[in-house]
Amino acid sequence: MSDDRFDAIIVGGGIAGTVTAYLLAKEGLEVMLVERGNYAGSKNVTGGRIYSHSLEKIMPGFAQEAPVERKITREKISLMTEESNVTVEFSSTRLGEQGSDSYSVLRGVFDQWLASKAEDAGVQMVTGIRVDDLIVREGKVCGVIAGEDELEANVTILADGVNSLLAQKLGYRGELAPHQVAVGVKEIIELSAEVIDNRFNCREGEGTSWLFAGIPSAGKVGGGFLYTNKTSISLGVVSTLSELIKANKTLPQMLEDFKSHPSIEPLLKGGKMMEYSGHLVPEGGFHMVPKIIGDGVLVVGDAAGFCINLGYAVRGMDFAVGSAECAAKAVLKANKAQDFSAGFLQCYQSFLDESFVMKDLKHYRNFPHFLEETPRIFNGYPGMAADIMTDLFVVTGNPPQPMMKMMMKHVKNMGMLNIAKDGWKGVRSL
Amino acid sequence: MTIVNTVNVDQKLGIDKFHVDEGNAHIVLKKDKIDMQEYQKLMIACPAGLYKIDENGNPQFDYAGCLECGTCRVLCGKTILEKWEFPQGTMGIEFRFG
Repeated sequence: MSDDRFDAIIVGGGIAGTVTAYLLAKEGLEVMLVERGNYAGSKNVTGGRIYSHSLEKIMPGFAQEAPVERKITREKISLMTEESNVTVEFSSTRLGEQGSDSYSVLRGVFDQWLASKAEDAGVQMVTGIRVDDLIVREGKVCGVIAGEDELEANVTILADGVNSLLAQKLGYRGELAPHQVAVGVKEIIELSAEVIDNRFNCREGEGTSWLFAGIPSAGKVGGGFLYTNKTSISLGVVSTLSELIKANKTLPQMLEDFKSHPSIEPLLKGGKMMEYSGHLVPEGGFHMVPKIIGDGVLVVGDAAGFCINLGYAVRGMDFAVGSAECAAKAVLKANKAQDFSAGFLQCYQSFLDESFVMKDLKHYRNFPHFLEETPRIFNGYPGMAADIMTDLFVVTGNPPQPMMKMMMKHVKNMGMLNIAKDGWKGVRSL
Repeated sequence: MTIVNTVNVDQKLGIDKFHVDEGNAHIVLKKDKIDMQEYQKLMIACPAGLYKIDENGNPQFDYAGCLECGTCRVLCGKTILEKWEFPQGTMGIEFRFG
């Protein structure tokens, strides 16, 4: 092995890349992480929240030290029409127990902290360098190419995000398909901590996660989201590309309309927009996972499609950590044996299969398809819920109808069989 | 189909921090006649609203406010885009919050 060769080079300073680098450096490997932005996190966006369980295993008690925003102790789900909003709310101290807690985060801030941890562990961080290609000799990945420079390593980890142009270049997968990815657009709206506590009925340091189906994504597959941060709100809209292109308004317009919805506008009053962002989300689940192991190379995080959107919960960052842990275990084993062949690195797949990453992806494998096949969730049920609530709560002075008759009218409009079928299929896919 | 879009996205992008690589576009549309059906997908889906049409109905695109999400490449990479790559290192959008 030549002196200037690294044990591992990691492409991408997101959560998957940084955690892989951290774990390898901690065990004494020579690790370089290359990030194209000016700092780790500068190209990254989340909705969003991180479920702590996987990072907790690697850095116990991390949330005490890390710049997380608020601990989520209140979950809300809404069915929203143009004029109405029907919400289910769940608040519980159980949501905040260490190990099963979750936090709103801002990646521009959080990833820098994670990168500093990796640097402390000995990772050589290089920022502002775009990896253009990989050094491939006789089918084996031997390092990275950035402009005129070539850097060699025993193993290269692709943590270059959902677009992973490098995995595409290797031929590990084709272009992403429009039904496999959603685009999210988000605004950060600044409000004081006190105003947020009051408007969202939160205790200090605690916060709300709120997901919306229906009008936010113009009735197309997708939805709206709202997360409370320390002194800001993350508000956005996500929509699956294959459906979005059939919409009658633009994605930025959807967000604008969502902001001015009568249920949302008062929550944002007096807030100042601090940032506008957009990002892709891999939503195809198990069926979109590409080839992730080759001679001298592994793929982790979003680049491997490790993400789940269940409608009531969206998970990506905990999978990023989980896949990073599996990749690091595989590389450490390979390093011991000094065998970085695809055959040996196959242990990455075994570690993934044993971990929650593959177990959960497999468990929910049919859910993305269910959402795609059930447009009523986005363009039917929100209206039905709103109609039932309207009949219940709006007093007009007209003679009342028996409640059963009133409910059945709306149920019949949707079709009793449709509701039964969607419910059955939905529950079966979870 | 008319597509509703009254929001001023440029104003929002004005709040973001960009290091624009002047004279070095990382996304380029094809030179030949653009298939407007394809173009319309990007008018709807681009979160930065960069795919516009001018008063004569011709495509008008500027990469400067790109959020680097990849939506246009996924939708139209094989049809109306000549090139899609990430900006050079240090260049492009810089999320302070993300």
